Parts: sequence; C-alpha cells; structure tokens
Amino acid sequence: MSGGRAPLSEGVGARLPRKEDDRLMRGRGEYVGDIRMAGMQDVAFVRSPLAHARIRAIHVPEDCRGRVFTAADLDGVKPIRAVSGLPGFKVSEQPPLAVDKVRQVGELLAICVAPTRAEAEDLATRVTLDLEELPALHDMLAAREPGAALVHEHWGDNVYLETNVNIGIEAAFDAPIKVSRTISTGRQCMAPIEGRGAVVHLDRRLDQLVVHTASQMPHIVRTGLSECLGLEQGRVRIVSPDVGGGFGYKAILLAEEVCLGWLALRCGHPVRWLEDRREHLTANANCREHHYEITVYAERDGTIRGVDCEATVDSGAYSAYPFSACLEAAQVASILPGPYDFPAYRCRTWSVATNKCPILPYRGVARTGVCFALELALDAVAAEAGLAPEVVRLKNLVRPEKMPFDNITKKHFDSGDYPEALTRAVAAIDAAGVRARQAAGEADGRRIGLGLSIYCEQAAHGTSVYSGWGIPMVPGHEQAGARLTPDGGLELRIGAHSHGQGLETTLAQVAHEVLGVPVARTRLVHGDTAMTPYSTGSWGSRVMVMAGGAVATACAELAERARLIGAHLLQADPADVRFEAGRVVGPAGDVGLPEIARIWYLRPQDLPADVNPGGLEVTAGYKPQRDSGTFSYAAHAVVLAVDPMLGEVEILDYVIVEDGGVLVNPMVVDGQIFGGLAQGIGTALLEEMPFDEAGQPLASTLADYLLPGACEVPAPRVDHMETPSPYTRFGVKGIGEGGAIAPPAAIVNAINDALRPLGAQVLRSPATPRRIVEAVLAARGAPEMTRDAA
Amino acid sequence: MKPARFALERPRDLAAALALLAQTPGAAKVMAGGQSLGPMLNLRLAEPELIVDVSGVAELRHAGRDGDAIVYGCCVTHADIEDGRAPDVGPNVMARVASGIAYRAVRNRGTIGGSLAHADPAADWLSSLSALGAEVEIAGPSGRRRLTLPAFVTGALSTALAADEILVGVRVPVMNPSSRFGYVKHCRKVGEFAHAIGAVLIDPETATGRAVFGAVEAPPVVVDDARVLFGGRIRPAFAADFDAPAADGALARAGMADAVDRHIHVEVLRRAAAQAYALLGSPSRPDVRSAA
Repeated sequence: MSGGRAPLSEGVGARLPRKEDDRLMRGRGEYVGDIRMAGMQDVAFVRSPLAHARIRAIHVPEDCRGRVFTAADLDGVKPIRAVSGLPGFKVSEQPPLAVDKVRQVGELLAICVAPTRAEAEDLATRVTLDLEELPALHDMLAAREPGAALVHEHWGDNVYLETNVNIGIEAAFDAPIKVSRTISTGRQCMAPIEGRGAVVHLDRRLDQLVVHTASQMPHIVRTGLSECLGLEQGRVRIVSPDVGGGFGYKAILLAEEVCLGWLALRCGHPVRWLEDRREHLTANANCREHHYEITVYAERDGTIRGVDCEATVDSGAYSAYPFSACLEAAQVASILPGPYDFPAYRCRTWSVATNKCPILPYRGVARTGVCFALELALDAVAAEAGLAPEVVRLKNLVRPEKMPFDNITKKHFDSGDYPEALTRAVAAIDAAGVRARQAAGEADGRRIGLGLSIYCEQAAHGTSVYSGWGIPMVPGHEQAGARLTPDGGLELRIGAHSHGQGLETTLAQVAHEVLGVPVARTRLVHGDTAMTPYSTGSWGSRVMVMAGGAVATACAELAERARLIGAHLLQADPADVRFEAGRVVGPAGDVGLPEIARIWYLRPQDLPADVNPGGLEVTAGYKPQRDSGTFSYAAHAVVLAVDPMLGEVEILDYVIVEDGGVLVNPMVVDGQIFGGLAQGIGTALLEEMPFDEAGQPLASTLADYLLPGACEVPAPRVDHMETPSPYTRFGVKGIGEGGAIAPPAAIVNAINDALRPLGAQVLRSPATPRRIVEAVLAARGAPEMTRDAA
Repeated sequence: MKPARFALERPRDLAAALALLAQTPGAAKVMAGGQSLGPMLNLRLAEPELIVDVSGVAELRHAGRDGDAIVYGCCVTHADIEDGRAPDVGPNVMARVASGIAYRAVRNRGTIGGSLAHADPAADWLSSLSALGAEVEIAGPSGRRRLTLPAFVTGALSTALAADEILVGVRVPVMNPSSRFGYVKHCRKVGEFAHAIGAVLIDPETATGRAVFGAVEAPPVVVDDARVLFGGRIRPAFAADFDAPAADGALARAGMADAVDRHIHVEVLRRAAAQAYALLGSPSRPDVRSAA
C-alpha cells in the first residue's frame, strides 16, 4: 500500500470478509422470486414475434376477458419517455403495451394473468395477433442512410442524436503515420444470474402501491413509475430486496413494471412477473454494440498527433429510462481520448434507432467500446511505427506531474500515475520473456500473443456532469442516515442499493472508521424507498464515494453529539473530552457509545439540560469538493495462445495493475476486478446476440448465448496502487466497472499480436474462433482448393 | 417458459411403456434423462399430452456384453459410462467421449439412448457411435428391430423411430485390439455443443477405417471406407497421409457450402486421425477438446 495509513482492524483499508456472504453464499438471500403473498397471481406477456410491424388487431377470446389486457385497457397510463436535453435529441415514446406499431421482437402486446405462470402462458397462446410486417432495421449503418425505413415515422430519419466535436484535427493531417481502422463491438446481453422481476400489491392502509422489484435505483424507479401511472409519488413504494447482480440491467425502468403497477391497481390482488431467460435474452438486456471508423495520426516515435473518429451506436427501438438512448454514443465523444494526452481531436457520433431492444448501460458503459477502439488502433500505430505497444502508450499517457489534469475534452483527472501502472504491468507479465518465447515458437503449432490495454474510469461524477446531459436523472448531494440503537448498535440507511458490491460490509467499515462501532454491530438498511433517503441509486461506480462520504458525515455528527453527552456523564468540560474509537475520553475517565445510547433512549433524566434534541439519529448529506468525478484506472496485460487453424484461444497469464485510490476493503475490490474480468472475457471472446435480416434475435437460450464459465476465466494476478483522490472523503475512488472495461482490448490486441506474422487481424468483438479462422484464411488467400476424392 | 399441461407416467417395465405409447398415438413422448426434452417442454417446442418416463424400467439401465458387442440400455447415463459403471468397447473409448459431454450435472442424468433419440447433430454420441459402427435396438408393438445409425438418423432432430416405438438400447461392437479410436470436437467453451466433430476408427493391421464428420447441422457425414481420406490406403503411419483436399471434397459433396466451415471440419478430422495415430502403442487419455 502506498496510502501510508495504518488501517483500523475493521476500518478503511481492512480486508474483511463480506458480512452479507453469510446469507448469500448459503442460499438464504431473499429475492423477488422468493416473495409469496396471499392471492398472488402470475403474469405472462404476449410479446411481438416480429421486429417491425403495424398492429392491425389483437384478438382476445371472449372467455379470456378480465384475464388478458391490451393497450386499449391501459387508460391513463403514459408512455416511458427518457429525454435528453442535448440539442437535437429526438424523443421516443415507449408505450407499456404496444400501440399501432411494434418496433422490436419481444415488445409487449398483452398482459395475461393467471394463478400460475404456466397457466398465464397458456392464456398467452390463445391471443392471436394480426400484424402487418414492415421492413426491419437490423443494421445501424444502413439505418443511418437516407431512405431507410423509419422506426419512429415522425422523426424523418433514424437518428436519436448526432454530435460533432472538432478540436483542431486539421493540425494533425501532416503527421508521418496515419493509421485507419474499422473497429466494432458485438451486441451483447448483460446477464446477471437473477433476471428482472416484480411483485406488486396495493397496501390499502397506506394507500400505496408497493412494488417489490430487483432494482439498482429504487427511488428513480419510484419517480419514473409514478409519472407513467399518474400517481402521486407518495402513493408508490419501491422495495428492492436482495438482487442477484445488476450491472446496469437493473438500473432501468421497464415497461413490464409499468404494466404490473397498472394491473395491481386494476385487479386488487398481488401480481407477479418473473422474467425468464428467453425474455431476458430476446426482449430486454441488449448492450454494447458500437461501430468505429477511427484514424490515429502519429509521429514516427509514436507520439500521437491527433485522433479522428466516427462512432455509431445501435441504440435500438426506444430510449431507456432514465439514461436515455444517447448517453452511450454522446459519451463516446467525451471519453474516447482515455488517459492519453494529445493535441488534436475530432469525433462525430450517431445514436441510431433500429428494430432491436433498447441499448442499456452495461458495466463500463461506453468505456469498454472506446477502450477497444483506441487501444486496438494504438497497437496498429505501434506496428506501423515498428515500436513495442508499451512504447507507444508510455509516450502518450498523461504524466503524473500534470495531475490534476484537464484533457482535450475537458475531463478533469483528479490524480494518478498511469505510466507507472503500465510499466508495472509490462514487468509483471514479463514482456521480454514472452517475446523470447514467441521467437522460439510452440511445439503444438499455436501462436503466442501479448496484449496490453489501459483505461480510465470516471466515477461518481455528479451534478456538473449530468446536468449537461439533461436526462431525467441528475445526481446531487447524497444523504445517509445513521442511528444508534439503545444497546449501542448502529443502523445506516442509504438510498442506493447493494447487489454484489459488498456495501453491507464496506459502509460499516466507513462508519467504524469514524464512530468505532464494531462492523458486526452495524447493519445497512437499503433498497426501500420507505426507509431510506432519496438517492439516484447504484450506478456509475458512485456509491463508495457518495454514500461512503455521506455515511462518514452522518457518523461524524453522531460522534459529536455523543461527545457532548459523554462530557456531561463524565462531569467534564466538553472542551476537555474527545471522541476516540467508540468512546468519549475525558481527563479522568471514559464512557462508551453503548452507555451513552442507553442513557439517551432510556434515562433521559440523566441528560444535560442543553442536550441536542436531535439525539442519536442523523441524516447528513455529502458531495465531494469537486463533483466532476474520480478517475480510477488500470493497466491490463495478457498472454494467450491462439490456434490459427481452429481459432481457439487459451489465456495463459493475466495481470492487472489497478489504482482505485484509497481502498476501503481491498478484498472486495479484488472481487469486483475478478467479476469484471470474467465479463470482459465474455465480451472479448464469447458473448454476442446476433440478429438476422428480419430483426430476429438468434441467441434465445444460454446454449446459444455463451457466457464465460469457470473453465474460461483464469485467476488474474492483481497489483494495487493507491493514489488518493484529493477531492473525496478518505481519498476513495469509484472502481466498480473497471474490471469489465479493459479485457476485450487487451485480449484482442494479444490475438492480433499472435496473428501478426500471418498478416491476419481481428477488429471485432467477440473474437470468435470463426472470425479468427476467417482472418487467417483471408490473409493466406483463398482456402485450400477442393479436390474430388471419390 | 413453463411447459404446457401434460400427463406423466412412470411405467415399471417395457411392456407397460409400450402399451402407454399405443394408447396415446402420436401424442406421447418418451423421456429418459430429460436433459433435452426438459428444455424443449419449457420452451413449448414440444407439447405432448403424455410423457412416458422410462427411467424406472430396470432392464433399460443395464449395460453388458452380448457376443462381440456391448449393449447399453437406453437409460444408461453418460456418467455411468464416464465412471466405468458400464463396460467400455475399448480402452477408455466410450468413457472419454462421455467425459466430454456438457457438464457433470447433465452427465449425471442425461442418457445414451435419449441423446440418440433426440438426434441433435452436434451431440457427441451420434458422431462417436457412428464411427464405432453402433446399431440401435428398437422395441415396438410388433417386436424388435435393429438399425445402423445412418439408417436410424433421418435428419437433424429426426429419426426412423415410429411414434409407438422406444429406442431401448445401443449395440456397440467391441473394438479390435489393434484398432484405434480418435475423437476431437471443436467448442468455444467447455460444455458447449460442438461446432465440429471428427471421429475415426482405424485399424492399421487390417488397413481399414471409418471416419465421421460430425456437428454438420445434419446427420453425420460417415465415410465408411476411410482409405479415400488417406491417399487410398491405410498405412501404419496413416496420420501423415491425411488428405485434407479429399476431406474437403467429401464435405463439399455432402452439401457443406461454406469454405470456412469445411476448413474447420477438415482440420478437426485431421486431428482426430492424428490422435488415433498417437494412441498406437499407448492407450492414454487424450483430452476430447481439440488440442493439436
């Protein structure tokens, strides 16, 4: 550790096992699917079998009336509208049940409700659809062309938003090296183990619609759902219980949730919808599909003169709430430069509507794509210049002495030493040894490749950043509640949600650092709008910075109140007592928090006359000194073997040197990195949701949509640097997404390193065996001639 | 993703199972391990009125020698074969194929008969048993019949099994001690259905052999006389004779139009031959996946 602080045994920096694992790892978590309510009925949806069609009629048999509902029944329910304030943004309206037209396979057409899901599915088979098929847009580049069919007719084209930034690119045109590449990332379905789901009922006593739903952002869902249903927000309560992985998929208000809310009000009994894997894959969880035309201008020594890029993102049929259809592409323009310092830049972006599921923000969001595009292009520059890939990167990474640093797109880097991270990674992977092994060749005919990538992850960016996007959700201050119980325990309440991040442990560690209450005596209350302060929720790697800061602030206020009570109990002048590790210490003795709490709650007659009437319960707010975000980063280095005949790839070694500022719990950070790496390997090698010409999704089960398993994920070697952020409490930075950002670039760079002597390269993720073999055969010329052998 | 309503019967003997099929003409499905039928029911790709679960029929779980063959009851699981509870036709031949099927959880329940009756072109038994010259035994209302695998499998997911018949067992000839079996499959991850399978059974002593291209989205392409793939003869050092253009031609004639697909299948078969050759004199335990 370079942070230089001696951690308390349970405070910031302690490698504590996660408290929540005791229940989660024993199968005792309580998820939406575990909820049982008297009278609860199950919902199945009739979904569109076509990608683009006009709805002529939906026929519901007479004996199904009252159990099947279509858009005509949804009186007063408003469409989901996720707007952006960026100039030129075109608004899509996503009706909870399709009206007039369907724009993607899987779009909702009717709600079927029955005592069991199987019976609800029986009902769904009895609904007949009369659809007039329209030309489907399955290719974002074709959808951008004039004359293409229109997803939203009144727009006149299929572009949600076009952006254009040019910072003196013309100055780079005379550079001696110009490398242009077409690079793209496949469409993916992020795949938490638990899918979406909701159990909704009406609490008549409180006159509240209670929605149990797997959500990363219960308060935002409450706001969005209330608007769609036309309810006062006080009439809606969102409960997000244990959640089996989010990754962005559970940071979205779904049309299904709006339908369930309406249905519970209509039927009066609890209703449940649990997404199945086919719904998840074919109708909902799309992410990641980017297309880049990128040119890098450089000097012969590898110095970047400029980067010129046209980026297109397939945003799908609707703008998803609350992040909107343009967050991804518009972000590309601002984050493509990554951690590199160069003088000229141009980037045009298009967010394109197609007849696919809406694109949703997946761990890393646009960063995985831009890292892939720029890092692949930099390896091409290195090859062109005859330089090692690390040489080109070290030439251009922002230098530590420039921190804090404003880059070419005005991103404000708070701290860090990027060259050091890369240098450590190159040393740890033993680049020299790998080059020697490559020169010697492999007995089995495989080829060894070495790949690098480095990125920066802006996290916990707040009001100043998001107000510019003008999307429905702009984060402000974050609040946390802290309450001492009469027996000296601590309850923390946050409006964000923990669904794998380990916050029940790490926020208790933050509280322990300030207040000294044992982690075992601290419990985190989260995931319920009725019990927690408002928050935009868990997204953007923001919770440790924001809720962590708020917890520390609330605990510091509690400590001060306890100190004044303690001084009275010690019969000392408040000026002579201090709060220290859970005790108030005076000149002639000390008193612990449990005793102070007991007296506050149970023996108020012993309190001083001028005691703070707020007592031992505090809600406090927090925002970092600067809200432009923390910048964590990592250098990834991988060695792998490619079988050029079959395209199979085996990862032999994987090194990650990461800097997440001060780490509250390094073991939890390691877990985040391992999980992110697994997802990054999926992006790099396995995961893809292909669509056919008719806009049909082709991977409808996990036999076709391949996720990495234990055999495909190596144990990485992780090295931590700890450069504190100057702006946040304890110097922490957000690190939740980074693990998933760099692997596709590092792995595909390594594949291309292995294939370079063959003249082959792969510029699309996932780098499937088929794509690798195609590249090898294309480089070799026509495949072997067929000869008659009969 | 829940099945449509169906009735479930668990007969105790084969006669009862056949009687149930006869009573429900065309609307019943036989289930053994349920590893393919289960998902098909949930996806409503199969909506039978009746499921006849034959896993409780003791005689269908038996495996044993019958003359020059091992007969595997249809309900023998992949794990039974992998673990050696069922006899093998050669040193670690069937066991090795079994150990590479899907995941252990699937192998614990999935059966050899169920896999063949499902006739997924990418499944392991269809290709490996085609190379080993296996036959299926079929029981029906009018008695029993045997079919070679090429005669049994009529297309992807389609067989010659009549609606009132049950595939009761698989007869696999015991391998000649001088022959060698090579089996390689190409997958993107462990446990996935194969994208290409190569299987060879070669006997250098008799200079004969059979080769199979599997996972071709249709019944396996069986080359009954493998000499055409080795320059017209099987020599002791046969692996070096593998004739890739001849193999490519065989696949092209079988209808595989895509040159990259053919390249992959030819390479996988080449590796199966190389593996069989490497096994000469050393019956080791090669990995089923496509290590060179």
